[in-house]
Amino acid sequence: MTSAAPATAAVPLGSPAGAAPGWSAVRTTGLTRRFGTHVAVDGVALEVPRGAVYGFLGPNGSGKTTTIRMLLGLIAADDGEIELLGRPMPERLADVLPRVGALIEGPAFHPHLSGASNLRRLDVSDATADPATSRARIGQALTRVGLTAAAGKRYRSYSLGMKQRLGLAAALLQPRDLLVLDEPTNGLDPQGTREVRHLIRDLAADGTTVLVSSHLLAEVEQVATHVGIMSAGRLLRQGPLTEVLADGVAVLRVTTPDLDAAGDVLGRLGLASVRTDAEQSCVQARLGNVLTEDVAAELHTAGVRLRGLTVERPDLETLFVSLTGEGFDVVE
Amino acid sequence: MSSSEPVAAAAAPPWRTAPHLPGAFRRLYAGEMRLVLGRRRNQALLGVLAVVPLVIGVAVRLSTPRNGDGPQFLSQIAGNGLFLVFTALTVALPFFLPLVVGVVAGDSIAGEAGTGTLRYLLAVPVTRGRLLAVKALGVASCTALAVLVVALVGLLAGAVLFGLHDVTLLSGDTVSLADGLLRTVGVVVFVVVALFGLAAGGLFVSTLTENAIAAMATTIGIAVFSALLDAVPELRPIAGALLTHHWLGFGELLRTAPDGGALLRWSLLHLAYVAVFLSLAWARLQTKDVTS
Ligand SMILES: Nc1ncnc2c1ncn2[C@@H]1O[C@H](COP(=O)(O)OP(=O)(O)OP(=O)(O)O)[C@@H](O)[C@H]1O
Ligand SMILES: [Mg+2]
Repeated sequence: MTSAAPATAAVPLGSPAGAAPGWSAVRTTGLTRRFGTHVAVDGVALEVPRGAVYGFLGPNGSGKTTTIRMLLGLIAADDGEIELLGRPMPERLADVLPRVGALIEGPAFHPHLSGASNLRRLDVSDATADPATSRARIGQALTRVGLTAAAGKRYRSYSLGMKQRLGLAAALLQPRDLLVLDEPTNGLDPQGTREVRHLIRDLAADGTTVLVSSHLLAEVEQVATHVGIMSAGRLLRQGPLTEVLADGVAVLRVTTPDLDAAGDVLGRLGLASVRTDAEQSCVQARLGNVLTEDVAAELHTAGVRLRGLTVERPDLETLFVSLTGEGFDVVE
Repeated sequence: MSSSEPVAAAAAPPWRTAPHLPGAFRRLYAGEMRLVLGRRRNQALLGVLAVVPLVIGVAVRLSTPRNGDGPQFLSQIAGNGLFLVFTALTVALPFFLPLVVGVVAGDSIAGEAGTGTLRYLLAVPVTRGRLLAVKALGVASCTALAVLVVALVGLLAGAVLFGLHDVTLLSGDTVSLADGLLRTVGVVVFVVVALFGLAAGGLFVSTLTENAIAAMATTIGIAVFSALLDAVPELRPIAGALLTHHWLGFGELLRTAPDGGALLRWSLLHLAYVAVFLSLAWARLQTKDVTS
């Protein structure tokens, strides 16, 4: 295989075809988990390249958290294989997890302990964490999430956003190769959301791979290099953000007084769903594989007077909705 | 499973496993004890245990119980404060000690599962084997501490209220105070080991649920239920194998020549309960889905 690894290709996965040579931060094949008869995760083949910021997307109940729990060895998979940082999980859990920071379905701490004491409890539980640097690392982690002032307050009295920040601090107690963040911005204020975005960028710049699940698509679009989109337990799409977005349906829009002629040209070029809007004096169609410049040239040759020619590529949200459906109801 | 992955074998990742640092388990254990003993509820329960010998001591001081009335050894307290230890243990064993053991053991894993901290402990990672080891050790320490609180407060209160003297044994012989104290140590060890059976049961129950209160209630229920079965005459043939049947057997140590064989047999029974419950807890924890 060449260095243009298919790991970075926007193939709809589910097949092991997405496997790249070498090792990835996260790789699963055929990952499946059932709860009773309900298949919560169905043949998922995740491929998170090293150094990526991977946006793990999907509607409520699509299986993101269940997948993350399996990655971390919290629940057993019914089927399939998992590799974290190139080592099989859960067999090598004790070696792998010290290099992985995780926020799993929201923070959870002991309410009667302070934020700092809670972090201390986690740090003393880590057999690989140096007790000599414990205090300093806890301080740094708290500073990094902007929680220094509230470090001594009981967790019970924290606000939702403060709890979330403490969860992030716990994931940052040690230098990590991989961060798995399940909805890290849940409950954060706009500043907090922005901070998390910066934090993820900083960490990624230091070489940490980040797998982040989120419902804030605009946020994901800003930080992610890769995305994977889940729906009803299946991974519908994954790959570099640009390629996944390019997969989406681009819409061409011609504004012209010569509506009929323009429509003919678009039809002749093989564009789908040609629609004329007399009121706006424009013609719309799906661009498909046709190049915009070819359309422009043909329109010119046909003598169509152009007032405007635009191509709208869908943003992540449009793509997400087109893949996972408009429906508001949770899919079971 | 992993050996069928040629890709992984071909390019082993270039990072080394971080070694476990010396004293790692001790730190884990210290953290666990800080957590358990830092809880107000647990402190209050230990306080309740401390009150038991005090109440008995003061009550005896204020009245003169007739011979044969009340719990084991009650009538000897006025003559020798050391007996307050034995009376207090006798009073605390049916309910107060199981209460404390039940709360601490029942809470140990179910409590972490309920608050969600279990998933973060496992993700640290604290492997499931280490988790069970540290929880078992923590529960055992608390069990020992609970018995020690009753015994030490009993000893102190007995010394202050009645003074400590040479000990008149059940058989009527008298032994030196030093001998008596040595026997007291034996009593404490016996009671602690006896309660380990229940503690291990609580630990197992705690792996079954995310509801700490249910786990605590079930554990205390085990002790109560066992005592209930013990009182059914039809079950006399199997009563000797019940979890609680020999708890008060520490009286054997207050005979001139204690039946060492019996004490050993009873203690081995209690340790057998520990082995069974710990195995069950281990099996359950290994396969437990942590979804809370
Ligand atoms: N412990 C469980 N028992 C039974 N079903 C479960 C359990 N955990 C998850 N499920 C089911 O598995 C499916 C996937 O749930 P999961 O929590 O992975 O979704 P998610 O993608 O994380 O959703 P959200 O965006 O709401 O966090 C859901 O249908 C859910 O009901
Ligand atoms: Mg989720």
